[in-house]
Amino acid sequence: MVSSASTFGRSGSHDFILLRATAIIMALYTIFMVSFFVSADAVTYASLTNLFAHLGMKIFTMLALTAILIHGWIGIFQVLTDYVKKVGLRAFLQFVVCVALIVYWLVGLLVVWPVEGV
Amino acid sequence: MQKLNVSVYRYNPDVDNAPYMKDYTIEVEKNRDMMVLDLLLLLKEQDPTLAFRRSCREGVCGSDGLNMNGKNGLACITPLSALKGGDKKIVIRPLPGMPVIRDLIVDLSQFYAQYEKIKPYLINDDKTPPARERLQSIEERAKLDGLYECILCACCSSSCPSFWWNPDKFIGPAGLLNAYRFLIDSRDTATEERLNDLDDAFSVFRCHGIMNCVNVCPKGLNPTKAIGNIKSMLLKRAI
Ligand code: SF4
Ligand code: SF4
Ligand code: FES
Repeated sequence: MVSSASTFGRSGSHDFILLRATAIIMALYTIFMVSFFVSADAVTYASLTNLFAHLGMKIFTMLALTAILIHGWIGIFQVLTDYVKKVGLRAFLQFVVCVALIVYWLVGLLVVWPVEGV
Repeated sequence: MQKLNVSVYRYNPDVDNAPYMKDYTIEVEKNRDMMVLDLLLLLKEQDPTLAFRRSCREGVCGSDGLNMNGKNGLACITPLSALKGGDKKIVIRPLPGMPVIRDLIVDLSQFYAQYEKIKPYLINDDKTPPARERLQSIEERAKLDGLYECILCACCSSSCPSFWWNPDKFIGPAGLLNAYRFLIDSRDTATEERLNDLDDAFSVFRCHGIMNCVNVCPKGLNPTKAIGNIKSMLLKRAI
């Protein structure tokens, strides 16, 4: 058993499942957003704010950002442990990426949650 | 007669500062095919300082795993005619990603350490062992086909990028093929413990299905499939 403190899941299979599950959420969100932009007659400030005023849309967006957080965390851990052999440098890079992912999540929450329709 | 151009990786840490490629020209009978091992033996007559491993010369012992024209395989059962790009220019290197001891001889300690980790022997906690032997049905025995034939030549693990990057943490295709051989053996009772030992971020899950291992195995085995089966066993347990 190889132990590693810096990944997200509790075990190898947990990581594996989280990676797949979050990928599905990200794919659904992408498909939804793309189809919104493609099908809208004109994308205006009003149509966007009305979309994000829905509670469902807020939750879907936060879900997608959470998925990005988890997926990015595990994914970056895997890439860095493959390619960065200096432990100090790797820990630093992992730290920077994880902080950035958490900041994305928080900023997303602060931006999306207060949106009210026009 | 026909001339063959061969380029061989040479490194003797006692005298060389760095590894280098040495070119040889060798005369062989026209239109005569031979195994790469035969060629190496001819080269060794020309240059006795050339070092490589071999033993059985028939693909059974697994000691002459080499990289020939970019592809791993056993020198004794790889004919020159089967080399990638033909025998126009033959390039022979040691197995990639392994520390070189001398010339074509690599240090396989890490490879064996990974094999040791998977406990490559039957574990049975039966307090009253049968008087004669543990019998298997024909079906139970058939599950070991395609697994027990592994000769630990290291061709697969040394072609696997995941093993190159983490040879101390990722078990590698050879070790995992053997791990699965014991996981599905009906006589083994340590399945849970074995799975516990493998369920981390590296041991099994570093395999990303690149399938280089399947591509090179000289025994025609399929480590990727065995690894996929281990992953499903782990995931079934986790959900
Ligand atoms: S699986 Fe094939 S390539 Fe790998 S060690 Fe066994 S025999 Fe060699
Ligand atoms: S399938 Fe897995 S074990 Fe085989 S070469 Fe690819 S990563 Fe390595
Ligand atoms: S010499 Fe034994 S496998 Fe090639």
